[in-house]
Amino acid sequence: MNAFDYEAPQSVDEAISLLSAGNGNVGILAGGTDLIAQLKEGRKIDLMLDLKQIPEATALSFDEDSGLSIGAATSCSKIYGYDVVQSRYPALVDCTSLIGSIQIQNRGTVGGNFCNASPAADTPPAVIVLGSTCRIAGPNGMREVAAEDFFTGPGQSVLQSGEFLVSIQVPTPAANSGAFFLRFIPRNEMDIAVANAAASVVLDSEKTTIQEARVAIGAVAPTPLLVADAGAALVGKAVDDEDAIEAACAASRAAARPISDMRGTIEQRIHLSGVLTRRAIQGAIQRAKES
Amino acid sequence: MPGKVHVTTTINGESVEFLCEPRQTILEVLRDQLDLTGTKEGCSNGNCGACSILVDGEVIDSCLMMGVEAEGQEIITIEGVASADGLHPLQQKFLEHAALQCGICTPGFIVAAKALLDQESDPSEERIRLYLAGNLCRCTGYDKIVRAVQDAASEMAE
Ligand SMILES: Cc1cc2nc3c(=O)[nH]c(=O)nc-3n(C[C@H](O)[C@H](O)[C@H](O)COP(=O)(O)OP(=O)(O)OC[C@H]3O[C@@H](n4cnc5c(N)ncnc54)[C@H](O)[C@@H]3O)c2cc1C
Ligand code: FES
Ligand code: FES
Repeated sequence: MNAFDYEAPQSVDEAISLLSAGNGNVGILAGGTDLIAQLKEGRKIDLMLDLKQIPEATALSFDEDSGLSIGAATSCSKIYGYDVVQSRYPALVDCTSLIGSIQIQNRGTVGGNFCNASPAADTPPAVIVLGSTCRIAGPNGMREVAAEDFFTGPGQSVLQSGEFLVSIQVPTPAANSGAFFLRFIPRNEMDIAVANAAASVVLDSEKTTIQEARVAIGAVAPTPLLVADAGAALVGKAVDDEDAIEAACAASRAAARPISDMRGTIEQRIHLSGVLTRRAIQGAIQRAKES
Repeated sequence: MPGKVHVTTTINGESVEFLCEPRQTILEVLRDQLDLTGTKEGCSNGNCGACSILVDGEVIDSCLMMGVEAEGQEIITIEGVASADGLHPLQQKFLEHAALQCGICTPGFIVAAKALLDQESDPSEERIRLYLAGNLCRCTGYDKIVRAVQDAASEMAE
C-alpha cells in the first residue's frame, strides 16, 4: 500500500472541509471491505477519511413519520440486528445478511455497498424497491437523490468530488405491504451475485389486489435497475394473476443488458432476471399477506 | 511522508499503545509490531478468515481493518482465548476431535466460533456451518471442525 494520511472527522462539516481542502485523492472509509482490498491491489490515495466517528453516518434510527434512517457507515450486522428492521424491513435483512461472511457483515456497510457501485452489489435492489433516498453532503450543503438514480455506471455514482453519502432514508412501509430480495449464486454463501432482484408490493385492505409495485434487478446491467414496466404490469392486478406476474418477468428480461463473464452468460442472466423477478414478487406478496 | 499515528487500544484485556503508519493493517500491527503472531495471514483480502479477531466482541477479518482504527477498541486475538485456568473449551475440543491438520486456519476458526458461542449457546449444525462460511480450511474437510464446535457448545452449556 502507498503511504497516506488518516483522519477521522467528528462531524459532517469537518468531513466536508477535509474533502475539499486540497487533500488530493481521498479514500472515504466506511467498513473498508472494498476500499482496503482495493488499496492492496494498487489504488492510490493521499488521505483516508474514516466516517465512523460522525454521528449522522453511524446512526440507525426509526421514526413512524420519517421512516428508517441508515447511517452510511452502519455495518450490515447492526442493520439486520436492529429489531425494527427485523419486524418491518425484512427485505433489508434478506440483503444485508448475505453479504460475504459474518466477518464482512460486521464491517461492511450499505453506504459502502452503494458508493462502491458494483453492478452486482446486493443491497441496492431492496433499498430501491423500498423507495429510499440517499442523503448526500457536499460543500453546498445537503442534497437528496432517489436510490435508483444514485448509480451512473460500474463503480460510478452521482457523488461529485467533495461530496459523501451521509445516510439512506427508507420510508415507513405502507399498511398491507411487503418486500423481498434474493440473489442467484452457485453456492450458499461467500460469492458474488450472478443476478439478483427485489420487489415490493402494496395490497388493498382485502389483500387480494396489488395497488403499488416496484421491481429492481442487479448484476444484469452496468448499474442496478429499477424496472418501472415490471411494477406497472402488476398494478391493479389480482395477487394470483399469473399473466400479470409473467408480464413483470418479461419486463425484467427486456430491461436486462448483461455481460458474459466467469459467473454467467448473457443468456443465463437474462433468464435469471425473469426467474428472480417472479420469486421476488411472490415473496413480496407473501410478506404483504402476512403483514 | 505521512507521520505515524499513536494508537491506544485494549488487546486481550490489557491496555496497549503503539505507533503505526496509517497504511498498516491491524493484522500487520499485531503480527509484526506486537509479536502476536497467532493471528494468521492467508488471502489478505477478506476471503479466508485466517486473520479473524474480535473487535468489541464482533468477529472481523483483521487484514481488512487498519491499525489506526483500533483506537479505543477492545480487541481479542487467539492469544486471548485461553484463560489462566487452561485452554478454552473450543481449543480443547479442536484437539480432541483432531479438527486441525496444518493448523493455519485454526486460530481464525476458534476466534470466529468463540464469537458465535458467546452469542448463541446452542447453535444448530446448519447455523455453525453458515457462521463459519468466512473461514476456509484446506485440510480437514470441515466436518471435524463443526463437530468440535458442537461439542464445545454442549460442554459450555453444562
Ligand atoms: C470476502 C468478501 C465478500 C463480499 N461479498 C459481497 C456480497 O456478497 N455482496 C455484495 O454486494 N458485496 C460483497 N462484498 C463487497 C463489500 O463487502 C460490500 O460492497 C460492502 O457493502 C462495502 O461496504 P464497506 O463499508 O466495507 O465499504 P468501503 O470499503 O469502506 O467503501 C467502499 C467504497 O465506497 C467509498 N465510500 C464508502 N462509504 C462512502 C460514503 N459514505 N460516501 C462516499 N464514498 C464512500 C469508499 O471510498 C470505497 O471506494 C464482499 C467483499 C469481500 C471482501
Ligand atoms: S487473511 Fe484476512 S481473510 Fe484471509
Ligand atoms: S488445518 Fe490446514 S487449512 Fe485448516
